[in-house]
Amino acid sequence: MTELTKLTIAEARAKLTAKEISAVELTDAYLAAIEAVNPVINAYVAVTPDKAREMAKASDARIAGGKAGALEGIPLGIKDLFATRDVHTQACSHILDGFKPKYESTVSQNLWDDGAVMLGKLNMDEFAMGSSNESSYYGPVINPWKAEGSNQQLVPGGSSGGSAAAVAAQLCAGATATDTGGSIRQPAAFTGTVGIKPTYGRCSRWGIVAFASSLDQAGPIARDVRDAAILLKSMASVDAKDTTSVDLPVPDYEAAIGQSLKGMKIGIPNEYRVEGMPEEIEKVWQKGMDWLKDAGAEIVNISLPHTKYALPAYYIVAPAEASSNLARYDGVRYGLRVDGKDIVDMYEKTRAAGFGKEVKRRIMIGTYVLSAGYYDAYYLQAQKVRTLIKRDFEIAFANGVDAILTPATPSSAFGIADEDLASDPVKMYLNDIFTVTVNMAGLPGMSVPAGLDHKGLPLGLQLIGKPFDEETLFKTAHVIEQAAGTFSPKKWW
Amino acid sequence: MSVDLATVKRVARLARLAVSEEEAQKMMGELNGILGFVEQLSEVNVKDVEPMTSVTPMVMRKRVDVVNDGDKAADIVANAPATTENFFMVPKVVE
Repeated sequence: MTELTKLTIAEARAKLTAKEISAVELTDAYLAAIEAVNPVINAYVAVTPDKAREMAKASDARIAGGKAGALEGIPLGIKDLFATRDVHTQACSHILDGFKPKYESTVSQNLWDDGAVMLGKLNMDEFAMGSSNESSYYGPVINPWKAEGSNQQLVPGGSSGGSAAAVAAQLCAGATATDTGGSIRQPAAFTGTVGIKPTYGRCSRWGIVAFASSLDQAGPIARDVRDAAILLKSMASVDAKDTTSVDLPVPDYEAAIGQSLKGMKIGIPNEYRVEGMPEEIEKVWQKGMDWLKDAGAEIVNISLPHTKYALPAYYIVAPAEASSNLARYDGVRYGLRVDGKDIVDMYEKTRAAGFGKEVKRRIMIGTYVLSAGYYDAYYLQAQKVRTLIKRDFEIAFANGVDAILTPATPSSAFGIADEDLASDPVKMYLNDIFTVTVNMAGLPGMSVPAGLDHKGLPLGLQLIGKPFDEETLFKTAHVIEQAAGTFSPKKWW
Repeated sequence: MSVDLATVKRVARLARLAVSEEEAQKMMGELNGILGFVEQLSEVNVKDVEPMTSVTPMVMRKRVDVVNDGDKAADIVANAPATTENFFMVPKVVE
């Protein structure tokens, strides 16, 4: 039975279609794995075994009736940020205690419409604010990877740490995730999995708990490039319920896999060689360039001069939007309420008790930069810098670059409760230095495993594409995957 | 720019977050750290640069102005901490 959880989505799909295995068998194998491993990894905050078995049974009936969907019978984990009807949806925050929405997010509905099976809800940083999954009300997720010869517990990255850890530990066939500043790509890099943040507007944001509305995008975390392509095809759609959903047909991403890179131009941005970057990151980046060159692509140096301003601009724009989005948690319509002497006291006590430290910090920054007298100096300035960041990319693409190759993160996974990082919020923010530019410009970005460092921990490379050109990312990432191989943690649990 | 304790308390009030004296002190240090970090943005020349308001150049699609949903009062109050007859209950706001 446990062997079934080793199958990729593409492999499971083939076996289900050939009726070699049933959806119920596959789901049961995952539920057994979750029961055994989740107490150690803490990737799931809610498991839905009854719902999973019911959905799997329905999948088997549809397969038997010749009506199988694109993801028929595939067991998935859903990040706690996605609204799932009558199921735990709390963005891993105390303030949403007990919240079970009466509606379903568009992305998860798309997956169920294609026959996927829900295993449960996945742990994450509270309201997707964090890079280590340590800000979750439900406790940190433990990375299934450990450094060789070490017993230290490592973070899986964040905010989609539960999604990445569940995929790496084979506690689901694939997972949904979201990315506001790197929350798909950084955890994917830390766990040896594949993650793609598509172009802003590709996946509907309807029913996803909002963090920073102009930056948030949903995407998959998967075991390999093909599985990521299969998942994104189902997650993406044109949705009238999201006014920023873009009216473009969803391509067959899987068809791009295996296409030639001959004649392609890959840009290498000089500004991503940051001070103090470990030599190993530099090496894996060079390897990536060599692999793409061997596959027929041309490597060209490019300049993205405003790169260094992306992170500071992000830490104005994202908290500003968050402070506004999180104003809705007031103890009236859902979640936690702490009584007070009057209504304002009730609001203040509820929010003080319900939000964690990092969320409060960002609400404070956002409220401050939007407050009277500071709007122009901070928010307006940041939005202008954002225009310049986007322009840097537009110039590179106009000069014939098809995709950009960078490291995904400035290091491999770090330890849980790292004191150096905990003492200075800005240090934690620097984890997103390579990923955040992509959100600021609304572009698609993908993290693909490229090797292991000297500690035996996975390192990822990032590919950045033109708007709505996810297909180029899939075909390029596949070449890297073919050369680098795929990576699984050694079982210690 | 840096914030003093009075500003931290005023912003916390605007954000509807109850903070203790000790928390306000701690927040002051953290906020000044973050504000110091973002300060470097002021060195960027943004003359004649339009602020970004939309990440993709598209006209926002609008729905037709018709009633297409409703009659779900029970669903809407289902998650509220206190309700009566499909109304949200809050502490008295008018004396």
